[in-house]
Amino acid sequence: MKNWLKVAGVLLLLYTHTGGLLFDVPRLNILNETIRALYFHVPMWFGMILLYGFSIFHAIRYLRNPAVESDTRSVEFAHVGTAFGILGMLTGMLWARYTWGAFWHGDPKHSGAAITLLVYLAYFVLRGSLENQEQRARLGAVYNVFAFAAMIPLIFIIPRLQSSMHPGSGGNPGFNAYDLDASMRIVFYPAVIGWFLIGYWIADLRIRLKNVQNRLIQS
Amino acid sequence: MKNALTIILLLASNFVQAQNEVEMADTMRANGKIYVIVGIVVIILTGMVAYLYLLDRKITKLEKEIGNQTK
Repeated sequence: MKNWLKVAGVLLLLYTHTGGLLFDVPRLNILNETIRALYFHVPMWFGMILLYGFSIFHAIRYLRNPAVESDTRSVEFAHVGTAFGILGMLTGMLWARYTWGAFWHGDPKHSGAAITLLVYLAYFVLRGSLENQEQRARLGAVYNVFAFAAMIPLIFIIPRLQSSMHPGSGGNPGFNAYDLDASMRIVFYPAVIGWFLIGYWIADLRIRLKNVQNRLIQS
Repeated sequence: MKNALTIILLLASNFVQAQNEVEMADTMRANGKIYVIVGIVVIILTGMVAYLYLLDRKITKLEKEIGNQTK
């Protein structure tokens, strides 16, 4: 990972953490100041999806050309993606407690996100249960493709077909100006990019550490 | 097309004005205390980033050491 990308990620996060708390936001009932949670809660999910995207990319690369390096990359991206997902879940639960009334509602998006996380947790269980490195890598890569394919309907399609308390349900959120005010976009998008870059950095560190470990085992 | 956009924007601005009464943390900002929170959050963030940076340096060192060993 290029150093300037790390610096960019850090600067974007510093910007979103100050701007996210200080800039003007739409004044909405019930939400009040918690609307700012959007800058921190939603980037976790965007980050998770992007990191899982990198994970499946390397899984497919492994299936095309079985190199240990691709397998390592695939696992570590999935690892950091899951960490982001868990943080997204916890922040969402806290936010829901004070705006919707309870930690858990069984909202379609909640259930979809929870199942997605469970599907990915099963990925680590599957990998952990296999001794043979080659077998683990191949089965892991195949399962990874399934997990990503399962995530798309669970997070993007099913919640939009049903009524949900999350904004953007029952329609296309991309065309809904009310859901995301223009003044919020200038903080929200940098937040997404910044968190993704930090997630990528953490994954990069884990990959490098694993590579060092693998070299030690070989020699 | 342009007219429709103007109407939508007008409606949107009405909507925003109607909601000016919503309670927000204005007093907190007036007292300047919001900056305390900003400071706290930024300190934690910088700490985390510094930690990541140190880890990065450590791993780079390890990589170099292992590179010398296998040569």
